[in-house]
Amino acid sequence: MSNAAARTYSAGVKEYRNTYWEPHYRVKDSDLLACFKITPQPGVAREEAAAAVAAESSTGTWTTVWTDLLTDLDYYKGRAYRIEDVPGDDSCFYAFVAYPIDLFEEGSVVNVFTSLVGNVFGFKAIRALRLEDVRFPFAYVKTCGGPPNGIQVERDILNKYGRPLLGCTIKPKLGLSAKNYGRAVYECLRGGLDFTKDDENVNSQPFMRWRDRFAFVAEAVKKAEAETGERKGHYLNVTAPTPEEMYRRAEFAKSLGMPIIMHDYLTGGFCANTGLANWCRENRMLLHIHRAMHAVIDRDRHHGIHFRVLAKALRLSGGDHLHTGTVVGKLEGDRQATLGWIDLLREKYVKEDRSRGIFFDQDWGSMPGVFAVASGGIHVWHMPALLAIFGDDAVFQFGGGTLGHPWGNAAGASANRVALEACVEARNQGRNLDKEGKDVLTAAAKSSPELRAAMETWKEIRFEFETVDKLDAAA
Amino acid sequence: MREVRDYPSRIGDAASRRFETFSYLPPLSPEAVRQQVDYIIARGWTPAIEYTEPEHADETYWHMWKLPLFGETSVNRVLAEVEACRKGNPNHHVRLVGYDKFRQTQGTAMLVHRGAAGNAAR
Repeated sequence: MSNAAARTYSAGVKEYRNTYWEPHYRVKDSDLLACFKITPQPGVAREEAAAAVAAESSTGTWTTVWTDLLTDLDYYKGRAYRIEDVPGDDSCFYAFVAYPIDLFEEGSVVNVFTSLVGNVFGFKAIRALRLEDVRFPFAYVKTCGGPPNGIQVERDILNKYGRPLLGCTIKPKLGLSAKNYGRAVYECLRGGLDFTKDDENVNSQPFMRWRDRFAFVAEAVKKAEAETGERKGHYLNVTAPTPEEMYRRAEFAKSLGMPIIMHDYLTGGFCANTGLANWCRENRMLLHIHRAMHAVIDRDRHHGIHFRVLAKALRLSGGDHLHTGTVVGKLEGDRQATLGWIDLLREKYVKEDRSRGIFFDQDWGSMPGVFAVASGGIHVWHMPALLAIFGDDAVFQFGGGTLGHPWGNAAGASANRVALEACVEARNQGRNLDKEGKDVLTAAAKSSPELRAAMETWKEIRFEFETVDKLDAAA
Repeated sequence: MREVRDYPSRIGDAASRRFETFSYLPPLSPEAVRQQVDYIIARGWTPAIEYTEPEHADETYWHMWKLPLFGETSVNRVLAEVEACRKGNPNHHVRLVGYDKFRQTQGTAMLVHRGAAGNAAR
């Protein structure tokens, strides 16, 4: 049916738009769709720039080659099919590109990103390029392993229902001996936290080699479990210089009977992450994911990859927790966008919603969800707002907000746990946490001297509940 | 300098054992339990009651009291079953579960009666 056979070879440079700009193209359910924000060089037409991005991220190169005629490029090429203005910014525009699913190896986040954000990002005809969103077709989603366990399975393994989980990153993050580090873990966990965490840059430095850390932490976890009767974990960071070393550490964590390990998916890379997620699935191990380096990639508004795309990539590659930002405090302005990518991590189906920065419907089918992790600069006074924003399927991590308690880690942990449970109880009673959060905490502190001390310690930090008034309590 | 307090939790003290959601708050009053039952029913979840000997509290499967209360929308009837379970099993822990069939998980679970060792910590 194709008349490609009738074409003749004509060497030379053609305008990209002749081949790669198809405004009347009807998107297929199986297409992988991408929205790029393109800042073109002066004098380059939008259609030409959009077509160039589609070409360079799929089948095209700068000149015609005779081997093009040995295949059906109309079947394999990516196409720019729509252009839109960027609200409030004339320097750039949105270009929507559709890629046929056969351009990508099944189950390979690596391959998708090598194409979509490969050479094209250095292309001279554009000044800057940002990948804003990607619609992964359902057929492709089904080829990816995804989270090794998912939210429901993790809750079943840990026996924790009806509330967010609580964590804490052990500090100082660098310099503690393994035995002293394990002490800090034990104190946090016996005080009521569900998890403690290795900081992302704790790998296996001279002051604390990984085997020693894992062994002391395992003893701390087990003793805290025996003492409280609750199931606990410490995110043992297995991020390592090589995959072989990463798996060696993961195996040791498993041999110690630990329930959860941790990986940095951007510095470690998608290949290592997907492999480790598969290992976790095979070995029934939970996987916490840190996102060091994300801000290098996602912070510039005109160039790079938006975090919502990195979050989708992680859900496909595999992880049971992912850091998402806290929303409260310094990230306040990003609340709507954060709610968008939290949905993308946790829900089965997410509708296009430009007010949350979501450009496409995304169907995840049966792929498990990922816990959203809120970490950094939060303390007991933030608890009502965090619960209202994140709902139950989240991990709240209080580092300084636990370890900085005047009576130590156990008291700090207990204060956080009491505050959390008081907020959950109040929410379930139908009370408005945004308006009544302070009353709820004050009442809870009457029977918890630890919470009372925490509230006094951090009282000088501004109460920020008014800023979340408009939000509904999340489900 | 302010006085530093010891954290009162001991591995040898059964009162230090916790039971997940709400176990760091004072024991739920009858009115507070009623409100949580209300919440479970309002969410469309199925209330269920489980109980265990305290020495087996850390196991996944507690004894199931009868069957989950499918379709039950009366808070009073749920509370009456909790009470019947408690009376029928002295010195056992009793917990209330809300099954969420759509997400295939427990929407919530909480201890509503603590057997034997008395109430936690303070």
